[in-house]
Amino acid sequence: MAKHVVVIGAGPAGLETSAKLSKMGLRVTLVEKEETSGGHLKNWHTLFPGNMPGLKALESIKEGLDENVKIQTNTQVTALEAVNDYFTVSGHNGWQEKADAVVLATGFKLFDARRKEEYGYGIYENVITSSDLETLLAKGNLFSNHKNPARIGFVHCVGSRDEKVNNLHCSKLCCITAVKQAVEVKQLFPETEVFCFYMDLRMFGRHYEELYKEAQEKYNIQFIRGRLSESTEDKEGNIIVKVEDTLLGKPLRIKTDFLVLMTGMEPAAGTKSLTAMLGLKDVSDKFIRPLDEVLQPNFTDMPGVFVAGTCSGPKSVSETLADARSAALAVEAFLKE
Amino acid sequence: MTFDLFVIPFFGGLLFMIIVLFLKYSRWIAMMDASDRVKAGMAFFSASLPVTIREIFWESLLHRRMFKKNPLLGFMHMSFALGWLLLILMGNLESRIYSGGHINPPYYPIFLKFFIHDKRVLPFEIFTLPGFFRFTMDLLLLFVLSGLGLALFKRARSKWFGLKRTTRHNSFDKWAIISLWLIFPLRLLAESFTAGIYQGGGFLTNSLGHIFAAFLPLKYLVYPSWWAYSSMLGIFFITLPWSRFMHIPTEIVLIFLRNAGIEQGKYPGSFSQIELRACPRCGVCIDVCQMNEAGLTGSSAVYLIRSLREKQAGVFLHSNCMMCGRCLEACPVGIDTLGLRVGARGVDNRQIEADFTYLAKQPVPATKADVVYFAGCMGHLTPGVKNAMIKIFERAGIDFNFLDEDGSICCGRPLKLAGMQTAASKLITENTKAILGTKAKILVTSCPICYKIFNTDYNLNGMQVMHHSVYIDTLVKEGKIVLEPAAFRAVYHDPCELGRGSGIYEQPRNVLKQIAEVADVAQDRENSLCCGGSIGDLAMSAVQRNIIRDGALSILCESNPDMLVTACPLCKKTLDTGNGLIVKDIAEIVADRMTVSIKQTVSRSLAGQMSV
Amino acid sequence: MERKSINFGYAIVQDRQIDFDANKHEICRAVAVAEPTLNLCISCGTCAATCSAGLFTDFSLRKVILLLKRGETEGLLKEVSKCMLCGKCQLVCPRNVSTRNLVIQISKALINGKP
Repeated sequence: MAKHVVVIGAGPAGLETSAKLSKMGLRVTLVEKEETSGGHLKNWHTLFPGNMPGLKALESIKEGLDENVKIQTNTQVTALEAVNDYFTVSGHNGWQEKADAVVLATGFKLFDARRKEEYGYGIYENVITSSDLETLLAKGNLFSNHKNPARIGFVHCVGSRDEKVNNLHCSKLCCITAVKQAVEVKQLFPETEVFCFYMDLRMFGRHYEELYKEAQEKYNIQFIRGRLSESTEDKEGNIIVKVEDTLLGKPLRIKTDFLVLMTGMEPAAGTKSLTAMLGLKDVSDKFIRPLDEVLQPNFTDMPGVFVAGTCSGPKSVSETLADARSAALAVEAFLKE
Repeated sequence: MTFDLFVIPFFGGLLFMIIVLFLKYSRWIAMMDASDRVKAGMAFFSASLPVTIREIFWESLLHRRMFKKNPLLGFMHMSFALGWLLLILMGNLESRIYSGGHINPPYYPIFLKFFIHDKRVLPFEIFTLPGFFRFTMDLLLLFVLSGLGLALFKRARSKWFGLKRTTRHNSFDKWAIISLWLIFPLRLLAESFTAGIYQGGGFLTNSLGHIFAAFLPLKYLVYPSWWAYSSMLGIFFITLPWSRFMHIPTEIVLIFLRNAGIEQGKYPGSFSQIELRACPRCGVCIDVCQMNEAGLTGSSAVYLIRSLREKQAGVFLHSNCMMCGRCLEACPVGIDTLGLRVGARGVDNRQIEADFTYLAKQPVPATKADVVYFAGCMGHLTPGVKNAMIKIFERAGIDFNFLDEDGSICCGRPLKLAGMQTAASKLITENTKAILGTKAKILVTSCPICYKIFNTDYNLNGMQVMHHSVYIDTLVKEGKIVLEPAAFRAVYHDPCELGRGSGIYEQPRNVLKQIAEVADVAQDRENSLCCGGSIGDLAMSAVQRNIIRDGALSILCESNPDMLVTACPLCKKTLDTGNGLIVKDIAEIVADRMTVSIKQTVSRSLAGQMSV
Repeated sequence: MERKSINFGYAIVQDRQIDFDANKHEICRAVAVAEPTLNLCISCGTCAATCSAGLFTDFSLRKVILLLKRGETEGLLKEVSKCMLCGKCQLVCPRNVSTRNLVIQISKALINGKP
C-alpha cells in the first residue's frame, strides 16, 4: 500500500504539496481547521505580478488535487506524536490518522493592527488594514459611502520591523502590496491623492521596481520616507497622519480621508502550537526554522516532519507554491529511503 | 572598689563615640537652612514632641513596622533594641541600691557584677529589691541573647524571616557586627564566671557559674572575661559612627526632624545626610525590588544609600531604578529612597542644561469651560483612552476644553525623576501659564505621571486636579453617567504614580466594580507591581523591561481574568503584549458601558426628588 | 573650524560637505559605550514625528543621532538641550533605542568634551 502523508493546513502551500505528493503516488490527508480550504488566498482580491484574482489562482492550484487526496476540514490538530517509524496525528474532534510523514503548512496570520493603538485601528472608523482593502476591492464597494476620497495614505511596516510588538522581522510583501493597492485605488479614483509612508521600500522581486516606477510615472503616487508615529481623528472623521519627512528632516502633518495599514505576517497560532508540540527549534520570530535554511529549507529537526510555505517565514504566493513543490520532493526522497 | 583598668576600653570607646556623634550632628545642624533650624528648635516645645517620642518608642524600640513585615524579624530587632536599653536602665537602678542612691560613673552599672558580689541574694529570689533586679537583669540578658540567636539563625535561614535576599555587607560592617554579637555572650560569661566564684548571680548567671566552676579554672578566666566584654563594647562604640549601626542614634534624629516638618530639600543637604545614616541596611527593600528579576541586583535602595554615604555611588547605582516606590513603602525607617535617588541623579546630571526658550512663543488658550482635560504625552499614544474620555465628557454633558488636543508640553515629571529639577521647573512654568489661562475650575488628566507632578510641583491657584479615574468616580456618584454591568471578570493594576505615588487606590476600583466582577491580585494597592514601562528608569534595556513586565503580568493574571484594567496610558501600552489578554483603561470600560443619556439622568434624578 | 570666505552678501558660502575624515568621532564612540542602543537606529523618524519638542521647534532626535555618527558635533549640545525627556520617542521606537538615556549621554559626552 502507498505510504501516507498528513499535510496540516489547506492554504496554497498545503494544497500544492498535497497535489504534488499525490502525483508522486502517495496517499495524502490534508487537514484544515476551517470550513473551507484556501487560507488567506481566498480573501485576496488580486496578486502581483499579473493581477490574477486570488480565487482564480486558488482554483488552478486545486485542479491538481485528485482522489488520492482526502481533505479533512473543520479539524484542529491537537496532538502530533512520533511513534516508532510513524506519526499519530489527532484532531480536536476525535479524528486521528497514522502517517509516514507529516508536512506542516500552517502558514501565517496577519498582524492584529489594534496592537498599534496609536495608529487608531478599531478606534477611528477610517483607519483600515491592507486585508480590509483587499476585501473591499473584491466586493467592489471600496469607499462606497465616500464618493471621491481626496486623499488616501498607506502605512508600511505595521507590525513588521517593530520590536515594540515583538516583531523584528520584515514581512517583505507589504511594500509591493502597498504599491499594488495604491495603484488599484488610483485606477478606481483617479482624482484621489495617494501617499505611501515607508521606512525603506523593499522592491526586491521581479517587476517590483517596475511597478514602483509605474506608480510614480503613471499614477503620481507620492512616497514619503517617514514612519507613522501616531494618527488622530478630526471632527469630520479625517485621519491626521504624523510622520517625520526624514529626507527633509521636518515633522509632517497630513490629513487623509482613509488610512490603510499594511499589516505584516506573523506565524499562525497553529504554527506556534505545532512548534511547541514537536519541540522544534524556537527562533525569536517564532516562524519554524528549517534544518538548513539554504540547503534543506523543507526539512526540520525532526526526521519525517517537513515544512511548506509561510510557516517557515513570509513568502509571496509564487514563492509559497515553489516551496510547496520543493517540500513534496523532500517528502518523497525521505519516504523512499 | 569602684574602678578597674578593664573599664577603659568601654569608657574610652563610649566617650570617643559621643564626641564623634556630637561633631557629626553639629556639622549637619550647621548645614541646615536657617528656617529648618528654627523648625527643629521649635519642635522641642511643640505638640510634635509627644508624637516623636511615641514613634521612637514604637519604631526604634519595639520595631512595629518590622513586626508587620515578619514577626521573627521584628522580635530579633526588638530584643536587641529594647533589651539592651532595659539592661542599661535597670542596671543603672540596680547599681543605685549599692551606691546609696547617688549617680554612678557610666561604666559602673555596666560592670556592676564585677564590683558588687551580693551574696545575700538567692538566685531565684524575686520579692526583695536586690533579688528582683538580679532576676530581671538575667531575664533581660536572656531576652537579648534570644535575639542574637535569631540573628545567627537568620544567616542560615533568611526565608524564615521573610527575606529571600539579604544585604551583602562590606567588611567594615562585618567587624562592627562581630563586636556587637560578642558583647552579650561575653557579658554572660563574665557574669557567670564571677557568680561561679563569688556567688551572687541571678537564676541564669548563677546556674551557669556553678556548671562552669565544675570544669573550668574560673579564677584565671574571670578577669580576662571582663576585659573581653569591655573591649567588645569599646570596639563597637568606636566603629559605630562609620558602620551601619550609626542608624541606632540617627534614626531617632530622623524621626525627630521629620515630625518637626523638615523635608529632604536640596541634595546633598543635612536632612539627606541624616537619612543616609538612618538606614540600618536591613535589606527589606531588596526583596520588594523588581529590578532583581531583570538581573539588576546591585542597585536596590540599600546599596544606593550605602554608596552615597561612602561617596562612591556610580551611574549604575542611581540610574537603574524604575522609581516605582515599592522600597519607599517597605522601608521600616521611612527613608525617602526615591528622593535620595533623584538627588543623586541630580548631582550626576548637574551640568546638563535644558533650553526651552522656544516655548515662550506659545499662545495661551482661553475658554470658558469649567473643566479642562489634559491627556498628557503618553495619552496621545493611546487614542482609545483619549476618545473614551471625550465620549464620557459628552455623555455627562460636561463643557470641557481639551488643552493638549494638538500635542502638549511635557509636564516635567520625567525631567524631575532624572534629577533635572531646574529644567523641569521651566516646563512647569510654561504649563502653569497654559493651564491657568483656561480659567477652568477642574483639571482632569489621564496620565498618572502628570497627575503626580500637578499635585506636588504646580501652583494652580486652587484649581482642582483630578485623575480621570477619580473624575469618573465623581460623575458616577453624581449620577451624571450611569453604568451598566457586564458579565466579565477583571483585575485592576495600580499604576505606581497613581497608587503609591498619589494614594489613589479605591476610586478606579469603585468604578470598575459597578461594571465587572473584580478579582483580587496577590500584590495590589500599596504592594502593586510596576509594569516595567516606567519613565523613572534611564538605563534599563528593553529586554530587562520585558522580564519585569512578564513577572508583573504573571501575578496579575494568576486568577485568569477576562480583562486587565488599569488607569495609566503607559501601563496600558506596556502590559498589552498581544498574547490574547485584553488590556484596557478604566475610561475605555466606562465609555463602553454608559447606558443613560444626560436627559434621562436628569429626569431620573427629578423623579427621585419627587418621591422623597 | 568655520571656514571663512569672502561674503558678497548673497552667497551661502559655508562649505556644506561633511568632512568625515577631519571630524572627530570620539564623542560618538563614548556615547555608544554609554548607551549601546545608539547603534540600533534605522533613521525611520518616528521619534521626530512624535516628539513633544518637535511640535514647537526644529528638533529631531533622528538628525541628532546622524550628526553625531558623522562627527558633526558643533552646535549639537544646543540641539539636545531642547529635549523634554518626556519619553514618547522611547515608546514608539521600533528598534527599542533607549532614547532618553541617549539624550542624557549625548549631553554628557559633549559637555565632558572629548575633542
